[in-house]
Parts: sequence; C-alpha cells; structure tokens
Amino acid sequence: MKILSKAFLALVAILFAGAALAADVEVALVIKDHRFIPAEIRVPAGKKVKVVVDNQDSTAEEFESHELNREKVIPGTSKGTIFIGPLAPGKYPFFGEFHEKTAQGVFIAE
Amino acid sequence: MFGSAIIVFRETLEAALLLGIVAAAARNIPGRDRWLLAGVLAGILGSLVVAGLTGRIAEMADGLGQELFNATILGLAVLMLGWHNIWMARHAQSMVSEARAVIADVADGRRDLSALAIVIALAVLREGSETALFLFGLASGGQAPGQIVGGGALGLAAGAAVGVALYAGLLRIPVRHFFTVTAGLVLFLAAGMAGQMARVLIQGDFLPALANPLWDTSSVLPMDSPAGTLLHVLAGYDARPSGMQILVYGAVLLLILIGMRLVKPLPRRAVAMA
Repeated sequence: MKILSKAFLALVAILFAGAALAADVEVALVIKDHRFIPAEIRVPAGKKVKVVVDNQDSTAEEFESHELNREKVIPGTSKGTIFIGPLAPGKYPFFGEFHEKTAQGVFIAE
Repeated sequence: MFGSAIIVFRETLEAALLLGIVAAAARNIPGRDRWLLAGVLAGILGSLVVAGLTGRIAEMADGLGQELFNATILGLAVLMLGWHNIWMARHAQSMVSEARAVIADVADGRRDLSALAIVIALAVLREGSETALFLFGLASGGQAPGQIVGGGALGLAAGAAVGVALYAGLLRIPVRHFFTVTAGLVLFLAAGMAGQMARVLIQGDFLPALANPLWDTSSVLPMDSPAGTLLHVLAGYDARPSGMQILVYGAVLLLILIGMRLVKPLPRRAVAMA
C-alpha cells in the first residue's frame, strides 16, 4: 500500500507540473433553427478557450463532442458556458444531440 | 419516432444498467423491491422538477450551474456506492455462508437500502431530466403527441430490457462468487462516476484538466460504439480522458478498496486460532 500511495503522489506531481497556465480566449456560438452559427470556428491551439453558447431556439439542445470530450444541455433561450482545450492543432467536430441532422459544427485549432 | 426512441434509449440505458447492478447487489436484503421502487419514483419526480428548473440552474454561476449541479449529484452517488461496498465487505461472507438467509440486523440492512435508493434516485434524476427536456422540445416543436409518447415508450422499454437482462445474467452467477462480482461492478461504477464528475468540473473550469487528453483510444474503441457505450456506463470508459479524470478515478478506486479491506472481518479460521 505504501508503494502504491507513493506512486500515486508521484503521478500527481508530474501531472500538475505539466499543467499549462494559458490565458483564456472567448468565442461565441449561437444555436438558431437547430443549427450552429458559425458552423466553423477557428480557435488558437494550445490555449484554454471559453465557449459561450447562446441557444436562441425555444427548445433545449445538447452540445456534444466526442473529440473534445464535452457534453452539455443548453436550455431553450438561454446561454451556457463550456471550457475546452488547450487543444493540439486539428479539427474537433461537435453536434447537437437533440437535432443531430442539422446541428453540426467544427472547431479548428491552429 | 425512431429518432426520439434512440435518444430516450440512450438516456435510459445508464440508469437501467445501474438499477440492474444495484438490484443484484442488494439481493437477500429484506425490503429491497420497496426501497428501489421508491428510488425510481423519487428520481422520476425529481427529474420533472429539475427539467422545469433547468433554465434557472443553467444560468447560475455564470452559465456553469449545470456543471456544479451534475458534479454534486455524481459526487453523492459515488459516496453512496462506496459506502455500500464497504458495508457489503463486512456482510458478504455471512450472506454467502447462510445462502438464502437474510441479514440478521434489519435496521442495518435498511441503512444500506436507503443509500442504494438514493443512488437510483440520483441516476434517474440526472438521465430523466435530460430526457424530459428533449421530449418537451419535441412537443413544442410541433411533433404529434402520439409520436412522442410512442417513441419515448419504445426507448424506455428497450433501455429497461437491457437492465433486466443484466440483472438476470448476474443472478446466474454462483452464490460463492456472486458478491465478489457485484462488489467489483459497483467499485468500477463508483470510480467511473467519479471520473465523470471530474470531467464535468473540468468542462466548467473548476478543475485543471492536467494532461488533455492523457491518451486517445477513439480509433480502437470509439465512445459511440456499442461496446464503448457499455464500458462507459459500467466502468467510466472514456476514449480521451484528461489526466485529472484518471487521477480522480484512481483515487476513488483506491479509497474504496482500502475501506473494504479495513472493515473485512477476519477469516473464521484465524478467529478460532486467536
């Protein structure tokens, strides 16, 4: 048990040392008629990004992205905040689970 | 109709599997059905209240109220599951050796059942409120009520069937190994929920992600594959976990294991020799 807890503490130390302290970048995303506007958003790579989702529809939507490991219900006519990143350069698709056919979008980290 | 059935199925699945495992883990405890049913009903009632309040919850804490709310629910469920496993570590042996015999101390059993009923209520509340919101949306979007109810019922029935199948499968395990298996399942359920709690707190920027992601197995076992979904629900599988998620997962796993080891009664032989 002692060795286990020591290994655990070592892991904690390594992980915290690796945590980058990047400044926040804020981007806005609108949901209207079950679509994301804009459907393509450029975000800086390597930084934490604050995404403010403004759902202008009267119905709820669930913002979801497997690539970003994020999932959040945004009730009708309200705003929600989701933090993503820091991301490696690349494409990160997301979708609205409640209206998957139309609600599609992608973050491009560069 | 099938679109709504699939979403309701997905939301139901998690609660149904949890209910299947908990119902199996609590077999032989008198009054189980009553307590678990109360948990389900409380959860459904609560989910309607939460769905009604979602707008207000979501806008609390600068648009991060939902994260705090979900993290609290997950945290409570982890505590209850952990407590159950530690309690069970003390009692499992007598339950096995006395086969069908019930627990001598009824009040003690009732405490465990109330913890499990809370776990069920919380799971139903979390998944149910999302389902209710989705169905409200369909209704206000002008879809025919018959379609919504039909799709919802179909999804619910499919989810429940998977839960029942898991329960029936677990009951086939020989009594000798039964409580070891359910304890293992509950242990990973609790750790998985703890990992999810960490993910939700990272999403709200209340916790640092640390390495993000620590690894990526999405090409081997994607989250939206049936196996990935099942593993996600049962053991908190995540194709792209952050370092913090793994840290919290491991810490909770370790803590519950230590708790189980500490309360375990000495083997009878050792007691006789002492």
